[in-house]
Amino acid sequence: MFGPLIVKPLKSKGAKTGSWRIQVKPKFLNKNCIGCKICILNCPEGCIQAKEKNVMTVDYIYCKGCGLCAVMCPKADVIMVEEKSEGEKK
Amino acid sequence: MENNLLFRPGHTACAGCGQATAARMVIEAAGASTIVVNNTGCLEVFSTKYPDTAWGVPWIHSLFENSAAVASGVEAALRYLGKKDTVNVIAQGGDGGTADIGLQALSGMLERGHDILYVCYDNEAYMNTGVQRSSLTPFATNTTTSPVGKDSSGNIRLKKPLPEIANAHGIPYVATSSAAFPQDIQRKVKKAVSIKGPKYIQIHVPCPLGWHHQPQLAQQVGKLAVETGLYPLIEYENGNLISVRKIQPKPVEEYLKTQGRFKHLLNNPEQVKIIQEIANNNIERYGLSAEGGTSSGGKLEMAAA
Amino acid sequence: MREFVEGSQAIAEIVKLCRPGVISAYPITPQTHIVEALAQMVADGELSCQFVNVESEHSAASVVLGASATGVRAFTATSSQGLLYMAEVLFNISGLRLPLVMTCANRAISAPINIWNDQQDSISLRDSGWVQLYAENNQEAVDFHLMAYRIAEDKSIMLPVMVCMDGFILTHGMEPVDMPEQEKVDKFLPPYKPLYKLDPANPLTMGLLADPDYYLETRFAIQETFKDLLKFIPKVNEEFKNHFGRDYKDGLVEEYYVKDAEKVIVAMGSVCGTIKQVVDGLRAKGKKVGLLKIISYRPFPYARVYEILKDVPRVAVLDKAVSLGGYAPVAVEVKAAFCGKKKAPKVISSFIAGLGGRDITLESIKEVFAKLTQREINLEFIDLKPELIKEEYGE
Repeated sequence: MFGPLIVKPLKSKGAKTGSWRIQVKPKFLNKNCIGCKICILNCPEGCIQAKEKNVMTVDYIYCKGCGLCAVMCPKADVIMVEEKSEGEKK
Repeated sequence: MENNLLFRPGHTACAGCGQATAARMVIEAAGASTIVVNNTGCLEVFSTKYPDTAWGVPWIHSLFENSAAVASGVEAALRYLGKKDTVNVIAQGGDGGTADIGLQALSGMLERGHDILYVCYDNEAYMNTGVQRSSLTPFATNTTTSPVGKDSSGNIRLKKPLPEIANAHGIPYVATSSAAFPQDIQRKVKKAVSIKGPKYIQIHVPCPLGWHHQPQLAQQVGKLAVETGLYPLIEYENGNLISVRKIQPKPVEEYLKTQGRFKHLLNNPEQVKIIQEIANNNIERYGLSAEGGTSSGGKLEMAAA
Repeated sequence: MREFVEGSQAIAEIVKLCRPGVISAYPITPQTHIVEALAQMVADGELSCQFVNVESEHSAASVVLGASATGVRAFTATSSQGLLYMAEVLFNISGLRLPLVMTCANRAISAPINIWNDQQDSISLRDSGWVQLYAENNQEAVDFHLMAYRIAEDKSIMLPVMVCMDGFILTHGMEPVDMPEQEKVDKFLPPYKPLYKLDPANPLTMGLLADPDYYLETRFAIQETFKDLLKFIPKVNEEFKNHFGRDYKDGLVEEYYVKDAEKVIVAMGSVCGTIKQVVDGLRAKGKKVGLLKIISYRPFPYARVYEILKDVPRVAVLDKAVSLGGYAPVAVEVKAAFCGKKKAPKVISSFIAGLGGRDITLESIKEVFAKLTQREINLEFIDLKPELIKEEYGE
């Protein structure tokens, strides 16, 4: 029997929304990071994680390149950089 | 990404969506032992397109206007099963699904005393259908059904005072918050789910597409709404105003000029004056003005009320 | 145990015996006595159940939807405008494959407002994905509710069931009813074991957006289940007979003196009692007449109707509803049963009667039999008042 459409979260991979990015993507410099997690809290995708206390990583598979993290970072530790080529996008 | 996240990436919200941020704050604050009932709307569409789901908690969508009623059934069933004390129930929807088509179901849920938190994500128009005017659309906003024209300067009505309407039901907790203040959302949701009975939280969520601003500015736009007094962050407990976010009020132009939906007002001082009056009324009514402070960020302080 | 009770009280008693965990309803005549009786049972501590008084039928249906999605057996009841107000939710319930049961106390549709019986309300929801069973009397209404849960909750079905009973005629009518014992009900209807439910221990997402890649198959799956129901409903009726002794045969239709009949009326609901009385009278006079009662309107048992009526020369379909601008709702299905077939009645005439509570008398039925001649009649309204029809619009 097909439907009702029931999805178990573990089976869902989600859309690879990183392909939406145009021109720019965030780069986490991880130089002046104070671990305030403002970038994590404000990311609409929820695709930023703290690798260590002061080291943030972004999952480019999902990052849409909205730029909020770069704008919100109080230490200017996130900058938006040019996407080098289509091939480099994940 | 980790699989235990409660609201996961891979959803298809627009870049810079305030609702996506707010929804994640809400569910992370409420925790894994939560059942979510969602109205039709942007959040529902972008988070649960078959066969994908962003939700790590049990989640159901039925219709546009009935999340409060479906959640009432979920809550009644949990009571019957003796599980209500261990599971939170959240009903949620957008401003149209809450203040317009879903108002009756919401009022019923609040009046019946169900132990449910209702969250309204207020992006101030019907964004999912293409920016049509709702009863939470602010005065003079340019939307596709309150367009600016020779004889019109946008929406002719003020925002429906929904937090006050919820509060008038005599429920234990009512609050407003903003996607621009993620920690404020989390604090209020945690508090709300710790209280038994019906709770209502209305969260201002910037919408880059509908408000016409750059995605990376979403949080700054949201902050300005609060800092001008146009979107007061307030908390009621048992009908009493217990706290407000204090502000060093900024002129409303600073907020209006950030968004295309208010562009037509920049040459219309009469209209801006009315909007400034709306902000002034809020500032006075809720005691928003910080005394002697210089920071416009403001800290949470107990209101005189 | 045999009781002499009002129909609504009998329905409340059987619903109680089915042990629902959540009941939600909004008052509308003539459904009220059913939910009032259930509320009293909860108030008296006879029924351990969450009774949710809502602000509308839309929310009543939504509340039971939520309860069922959480894995709890639930019940609601409504009529007329209330059913129409629920319409959107009813489609949603079947699409979510939630095995709810509701009573429709059949009543006319406004305007003009009219609280009396016909079947326009449930008929207008025929495409909603709910099984529709029509009761002739209160014993059937009681038994159909019990079977409804058994049918709906079977994991091969997982579709909601609407038990339709004529408003006032049945809901407010006093009849002797054999009420089954709790132990027997429990044996026939085990506790509901949901295939899936909203549960933090095993999170899942329900009610997703389906794009054109997936939607079509969801509807196909429901249509396939309705085909399965044509076999499953008889199976449940067989089980029911073994448990309780009452025999509804296949539970899809009832044949009454059809075998050698030259004229047969097809109808649904309480009017079948009146037709049976006329058939008895005419049979006593040697007239070869009969009745085919449709119990299951959804799924519609086309094959059974074909087999039963294929050698009957003249058939009249008596509808207590209209499809304004089209053929009558039962008539259209009966005619469809013979489409493209080798055998068919020479005449299938269609009559409308009883709308808005206009009495369908023994004389009305005799008139239908009398009009069942060589000439096929389509959409004739029985018992019209000619003096009213002559009035000009606006007078």
